[in-house]
Amino acid sequence: MRALDVLRFAGGALVGHRLRTGMSVAGVAVGIAAVVALTALGEGARRYVLQEFTALGSNLLITLPGKVETTGAAPFGGVAHDLTIDDFRAISRLPRVGRAAPLAVATETVRFGDRGRAVPVLGTTADFVSVRHARVGAGQFLPAADPDQGGQEIVLGVKVASELFGSESPLGQVVRVGPWRFRVVGVLAPRGRGLGFDFDDLVFVPVRTAMRLFNRSSLFRILIEVRVHEEMEPARRDIVELMRERHRAEDVTVISQDALLSAFGQIMRALTLALAGIASVSLAVAGVGIMNVMLVSVTERRAEIGLLKALGGTDRQVLAVFLAEAVILAVVGGVTGIGAGLAAIAVFVHIYPSFPASPPAWAIAAAVAVSLLVGVVFGVWPARRATRLDPVTALARR
Amino acid sequence: MIELERVWRTYQVGDAEVHALADVSLTIGKGEHVAVIGPSGSGKSTMLHVIGCLDRPTAGVYRFSGRDVGSLSEQDRSLLRRNQIGFVFQFFHLLPRLSAVGNVELPMLFAGVARDERRARAEKALAAVGLTPRAHHRPDQLSGGERQRVAIARAVVMGPSLLLADEPTGNLDRASAHEVMALLESMRAGGLTLVVVTHDAALAARARRIVTMDDGRVVTDGA
Repeated sequence: MRALDVLRFAGGALVGHRLRTGMSVAGVAVGIAAVVALTALGEGARRYVLQEFTALGSNLLITLPGKVETTGAAPFGGVAHDLTIDDFRAISRLPRVGRAAPLAVATETVRFGDRGRAVPVLGTTADFVSVRHARVGAGQFLPAADPDQGGQEIVLGVKVASELFGSESPLGQVVRVGPWRFRVVGVLAPRGRGLGFDFDDLVFVPVRTAMRLFNRSSLFRILIEVRVHEEMEPARRDIVELMRERHRAEDVTVISQDALLSAFGQIMRALTLALAGIASVSLAVAGVGIMNVMLVSVTERRAEIGLLKALGGTDRQVLAVFLAEAVILAVVGGVTGIGAGLAAIAVFVHIYPSFPASPPAWAIAAAVAVSLLVGVVFGVWPARRATRLDPVTALARR
Repeated sequence: MIELERVWRTYQVGDAEVHALADVSLTIGKGEHVAVIGPSGSGKSTMLHVIGCLDRPTAGVYRFSGRDVGSLSEQDRSLLRRNQIGFVFQFFHLLPRLSAVGNVELPMLFAGVARDERRARAEKALAAVGLTPRAHHRPDQLSGGERQRVAIARAVVMGPSLLLADEPTGNLDRASAHEVMALLESMRAGGLTLVVVTHDAALAARARRIVTMDDGRVVTDGA
């Protein structure tokens, strides 16, 4: 029997039984689509979390007052000393440190005319933009100046700008924060939420002014960009050592993004495991579906198998026909399923653009492998059983 | 050409053994026309299946053209069915998705005959049973008599030496039945050996030799 004839005959059999073929293809496709769509969502969740952390910048060290465990256990020893602007200056002068930015934070109401909006007010310096990879959309960021000098400049997040000024340009306008007046010098480019702060919904003022405004003596954080990524750990030790000298106690914590990431490693592992779980459950469901359809289909056709044998088809030829059918079904179903799954994800991403849902390649590969394997095994195994019967037994059903 | 020597075919039904064929010995020569008659369950279909290599004897020897079929592999018996034996069934057993030509082509498909040659030979075989105008109809568009003629064309398209028919007219009206029998007899006149299983005494009477079976045994054998 020629290979092309086998394919043509198998194709004819599939086309000849439209309903059964349609059900089989749908069975395979639904299973595969489920695997593709569900793993895409799981992978999206994983990437979203990862993206949140990497948005911090990869050379970033964060210094915070108080000695705390990076895993978030209760601090011990308490906060012995304030983290001051002088500490920030000292840290900026360390040779391994590139740029650094101090950070003081409090929530205050920003007012323009009779409109007001309570937002986080961040006191910092000009270098914050490059340390946190922020982008300015209009005007400019805070001017470079001595951090001990206050200033009346304010930079708005896009949401604050649009809430207070509508479509008007806020540049050059004067807003009030508490009793203080500030002149708007810039508006940030839209960025969205980034680990803790919504960058569109906050304002920046010079750090010294912020500390006076909040009546605080301690900085909230010092953000440090290390010059060379390989020197993250020495730089961290430099900072800890420097602060120990300055405060005569080890009362600050310096964490890196890696430390944050490893602190969240368990979450990532759980997400990955959940993803694998989702994938295997949907693969199992798909496999059982394919198995049932193929079993019923072949069992229904025992008479045909008997006839083909009576007409002189050898067991091998009859099996080849059923194998070809199973492979065609599995491939068509698999391709349809992948298409449907990707389409569903495309629709989802269209609705929620910030969620990076995309099916991992291994999930697609596993889905295709399982559909092929199950389709072929359960397409051929019952056919094999049927060919072993004497043709007369298979023909007996009329 | 066909030699059955003390052939038994035994089925296990629960605890009981059922002898569908019990010690059957029968010789059929080349070119003979034999009718096998007998009541339902007398073993006549089983004998036809054994002769057609669709079923194997439980005991005894079956020789086809001098070869002991019992010792052949499943593969060799498939080749025997393909090249030497044509079947006609009571329920036609045409594949409903294929046209008349497609059904007649089936045995040649397994033999690896090229597509064009297959088509030509199938059309020729259909012409021989007078179905050229219906060649591209599917079985559900054909009458019972036409379906059986397609089945006959399929049975002879490989040029077999033996034609086996199991109640070939059992599902046909009188007129179609006569047509089909006439066709089978003309095939025999062309040199085939013809064995027909039937209930119908009138049809059986057209054969040169009538084998009567009952309870798995050959009761009478003769004209």
